[in-house]
Amino acid sequence: MNSNNQKYLKLAGLEPLVVTPETNFVNIGERTNVTGSRKFLRLIKEEKFEEALEVARAQVEGGAQIIDVNMDEGMIDGVEAMTTFLKLMASEPDIARVPVMIDSSKWEIIEAGLQVVQGKCVVNSISLKEGEEEFIAHAKKVKRYGAAVIVMAFDEKGQADSYERRLEICERSYRILTEKVSFPPEDIIFDPNIFPVATGMEEHRKNALDFFLATKWIRENLPHAHVSGGVSNVSFSFRGNNAVREAMHSAFLYHGIKHGMTMGIVNPQLLEVYDEIPKDLLEHVEDVLLDRREDATERLLDFAEKFKGNGKIMAKANLEWRNDVLQDRITHSLVKGVDEYIEIDVEEARQQVARPIQVIEHHLMNGMNVVGDLFGSGKMFLPQVVKSARVMKKAVAYLLPYIEAEKDDEARSAGKVLLATVKGDVHDIGKNIVSVVLACNNYEIVDLGVMVPPERIIEKALEEHVDLIGLSGLITPSLDEMVYLAKELSKQDLNVPLLIGGATTSRAHTAVKIAPEFSGSVVHVNDASRAVTVAGNLLNRSTSEEYKGQIKIEYDKLREGYLNRSRSKSYLSLADARANKLKLSWEDYIPAKPNVLGVKEVNATVAELEPYIDWTPFFRSWDLHGKYPAILEDKVVGEQAQELFEDARAMLEAIKNEGWFDIKGVFGVFPANSIGDDDIQLYDEKGSPAYRFLTLRQQSQKSGKVPNMALADFVMPEEHGKDHIGAFCVTAGFGVEEKAKAFEAEHDDYNSIMVKALADRLAEAFAEWLHEKVRKEFWGYAPGEALSNEALIKEAYKGIRPAPGYPACPDHLEKDTIWKLLQVEDRIGVTLTESKAMWPAASVSGYYFAHPESKYFGLGKILDDQVEDYAARRGITAEDAARWLNPNIAAQ
Amino acid sequence: MEKIKDVLKNRILVLDGAMGTMLQDYRFSEEDFRGERFKDIAQSQKGNNDLLSLTQPEAIATIHAKYLEAGADIIETNTFSGTTIAMADYQLEEFVYELNFESARIARRVADEFTARNPEKPRFVAGSMGPTNKTASMSPDVNDPGFRAVTFEELRLAYKQQAEALADGGVDLFLVETVFDTLNAKAALFAIEEVKEERGLDIPVMISGTITDASGRTLSGQTVEAFLISVSHIPLLSIGFNCALGADQLLPYVKRLAKRTDAYVSAHPNAGLPNHFGEYDQTPEQMRELIRKYLEEHVVNIIGGCCGTSPEHIKAIAEIAEEYEPRKNAVLV
Repeated sequence: MNSNNQKYLKLAGLEPLVVTPETNFVNIGERTNVTGSRKFLRLIKEEKFEEALEVARAQVEGGAQIIDVNMDEGMIDGVEAMTTFLKLMASEPDIARVPVMIDSSKWEIIEAGLQVVQGKCVVNSISLKEGEEEFIAHAKKVKRYGAAVIVMAFDEKGQADSYERRLEICERSYRILTEKVSFPPEDIIFDPNIFPVATGMEEHRKNALDFFLATKWIRENLPHAHVSGGVSNVSFSFRGNNAVREAMHSAFLYHGIKHGMTMGIVNPQLLEVYDEIPKDLLEHVEDVLLDRREDATERLLDFAEKFKGNGKIMAKANLEWRNDVLQDRITHSLVKGVDEYIEIDVEEARQQVARPIQVIEHHLMNGMNVVGDLFGSGKMFLPQVVKSARVMKKAVAYLLPYIEAEKDDEARSAGKVLLATVKGDVHDIGKNIVSVVLACNNYEIVDLGVMVPPERIIEKALEEHVDLIGLSGLITPSLDEMVYLAKELSKQDLNVPLLIGGATTSRAHTAVKIAPEFSGSVVHVNDASRAVTVAGNLLNRSTSEEYKGQIKIEYDKLREGYLNRSRSKSYLSLADARANKLKLSWEDYIPAKPNVLGVKEVNATVAELEPYIDWTPFFRSWDLHGKYPAILEDKVVGEQAQELFEDARAMLEAIKNEGWFDIKGVFGVFPANSIGDDDIQLYDEKGSPAYRFLTLRQQSQKSGKVPNMALADFVMPEEHGKDHIGAFCVTAGFGVEEKAKAFEAEHDDYNSIMVKALADRLAEAFAEWLHEKVRKEFWGYAPGEALSNEALIKEAYKGIRPAPGYPACPDHLEKDTIWKLLQVEDRIGVTLTESKAMWPAASVSGYYFAHPESKYFGLGKILDDQVEDYAARRGITAEDAARWLNPNIAAQ
Repeated sequence: MEKIKDVLKNRILVLDGAMGTMLQDYRFSEEDFRGERFKDIAQSQKGNNDLLSLTQPEAIATIHAKYLEAGADIIETNTFSGTTIAMADYQLEEFVYELNFESARIARRVADEFTARNPEKPRFVAGSMGPTNKTASMSPDVNDPGFRAVTFEELRLAYKQQAEALADGGVDLFLVETVFDTLNAKAALFAIEEVKEERGLDIPVMISGTITDASGRTLSGQTVEAFLISVSHIPLLSIGFNCALGADQLLPYVKRLAKRTDAYVSAHPNAGLPNHFGEYDQTPEQMRELIRKYLEEHVVNIIGGCCGTSPEHIKAIAEIAEEYEPRKNAVLV
């Protein structure tokens, strides 16, 4: 019935999208992708769906005609995140008007997505990678759900990397789809792989040209099919050189479209107008893309270097600024964080003023105001500000004897701020950064350090007449400490505004749990950069009442919304959740016999651990967001990230060569079975039952065949024979505190924070290193494993090492069991606080699960029935259990 | 017997009118609805029209016969709410298979009688599959936009059971109708495809959406074109609109559909808009003249009535449907 020339690709959200020959190019929005956008990942992880929706909305407003949604990240429950987000998108008519692209490498996520979208979407992607049978099965389902599909040029042998292979795979895929599945040819979109060019490798020379020619061939020989691709890949070798990248992208698109490419994923910010590319640059770029000259790559590399070179010469530091007037020199030192000349300049200033205090009030504050402005407008980044503070402190320290000699009044501060990490918690990197940032904005800081009991916070707050109190914490029990403290402050009529910060804190928790207990204002400050603005708003006489009013309204609204939402979320009873547990096929599973049984101590050197460091979180702790190593080339923060990285590497050398830290660990592998529904029974060497791990089970209602998991599901039940489980604790924290104190004594907060951040990274690297040893040697269940560090960070290995206190097992009390089991304190000296935080802070502990299907998941919220059941298993009162599990108990 | 596809090439087919409106005239009591068999069910059954196929089968057969007498080529089974999801309100989930099976058998028997009497005009039975009373892509709770009262999977299973029972009862067609949420319809289509594949059947599928108001969109927010694209992944005998609007209000949307699909086009509008008492008072003559526009513009292949229509309305429509050429498939973008 259908005439052939009208087989157009038709998609729909609330409104249609028809791709006709007149359609120039369909632009696919790519920011709602957790693998491509740090920001989106964070929002999804923190369940800030409303903000995540704004990312989608901005793309539609920015002209995206299809929205790509991807939730492929190890720590996210992909099915849950995908369906939740798609459902919420469906309720926003200005987003839902465009079609959705459901993007995942996991079929279960794709299928779950297809089940919640009413329009005709695009599945991204399927391929022959796992063979014809699976390809056909998936294609059939896609068709039955009514979606178009992206087919990757990938087959059983691998990814297509030549013109011939692209043709071979695309043609084969097309034949199977149209002949065996009766898939409408116009609903097939090929992704024939865009690979980088100008890499210097001979086999990459034709990467772009092959793509163009394959595109042309597909459009001519596979009737009605379309071609798409991720464009930014092509310029991979020019990361950090955006002028060249932008030119490459637009030239690539220009030729791609000419050859028949109909849609693609492009970052519009990294796209130059084709006509505006300088002619000489364009010629070099096209020589490479079209492989027009033998020496095209070399020529473009040289040419690109010129572009880069220009920038570098400008940036190269010279000492010309030393000829500027005094104030400019001081400002320069502060802004650039240069401390070599500050004392000379401050001395010169001191001789010019009547009283030494005026140097602080004028010269230094003028400079710091510039820093504040640059920081506030996003032109300076946190590590730079911390360096500025270091210069400031050095200058003040120099002036102090003169000021005291004069018995001068103290400089008037913007306000007095008490900062503390709450009782039971030892983490203070974030708090220290806030302290520095506030101090450079002229706040007087009373820092009480870590593990501060509530009585002491109250006592100090009264004694010092502080204007603000900032509370920090990283582990979940700290959340309750903060609630408790808020109550106590109210009882004492201490109504100074409260700032809440730290990794587990959230706006929702602050609004729902803390604000109702506190008679004054409470504000959640999610990063150090906001602390100054918030403090300013709270303390400025003319704005404070209005700001407090706004915050109250905002939090009241958030609280109501949250309570309404959480009430209607559906949960299963514990019995039903257990009935839907993960059922692994134990019949065909033979557990590997460990090479080492019982408890063992283990040491590692910094040199051994260095390759295992995951740098991405390191940058995050400095408020620099982006994936390592790409962050070093980032357009906005790249330069700053490089500088920070150099400083970090230099300190790491010192740590390595001078043996700053005592690095040690302990682990053990033990016979075990899962027992009952959710527990893991360990046995001693004689085979008698010894310690028992208690795990918690997900209770939120799952869609489709998704199970309600508990960690115990990964261990073999008794009736199938003996299995094993491992546990570990490693630390790189001994020696850190001493070093940090020494830096502080020198007014060097930058290095004080740096040393702690590096210790954290080394502890994590140690955990990663030990896990690999355990997998390959000690337990030896994956002896042949060979993975790159990148793959390790992506958790591509078999088996997991979840840590108590983290999403899969939020129960901190499990650490007590690990401590007894491994005799952690006796063997390596790491202790637990009353909130079960590890001391020293740079320590990591957890379990080892070996089953290949074990994976990380988030427990989510649980119901009272599980809390009671858990209390009975743990042998504690239900109230105690509720206190420990509080952040995970669903509001009812 | 002639295949419906062949008949459609040559003439406009007439679909029957409202079942509910006709049943109201019987003024059945609670006891009549229950019959002897369901007298002990806790839930009130009054208004559960689908149940009447089991408890008052003669009334259902009589109404079918009246529509066929009036000239209808296609009658719909009395199974608009015949899913476990819609029947949950009446606590009759366990009888869903039987309700559909018996409804299909009644319609089959009456249709076959008429075909036997006049083999020149074959009559067809369409298994009616309504939208259920829950939506898969909208939240019933304004405070929780992510909430869904029913999942795709639940709908698919419910529709699959209904489709199997209708097929067993002998329907010629499936009619997925009054679609106000496209995702519900997609679940129905998914289930139908499964049934057809598993049993090796070739039962054509009709789909009919509902434009709820002058916004020109379905209740779930899709435009006419988006709705069409979203349900066109399986072979459709026809696509159209029904319910909510009268013939005059519905026409522009049917025209938009007719321009863009290569399937046959159907329309079964209401007898105007309801008055203040919820009754429909458009007369057969009035409706006939409004339908005449559809025919003059050649935008339909199947025409009938929804809420408020009676055998008299269908008779009036059937009389003029004969006079006009059916729509020819012309696909534009």
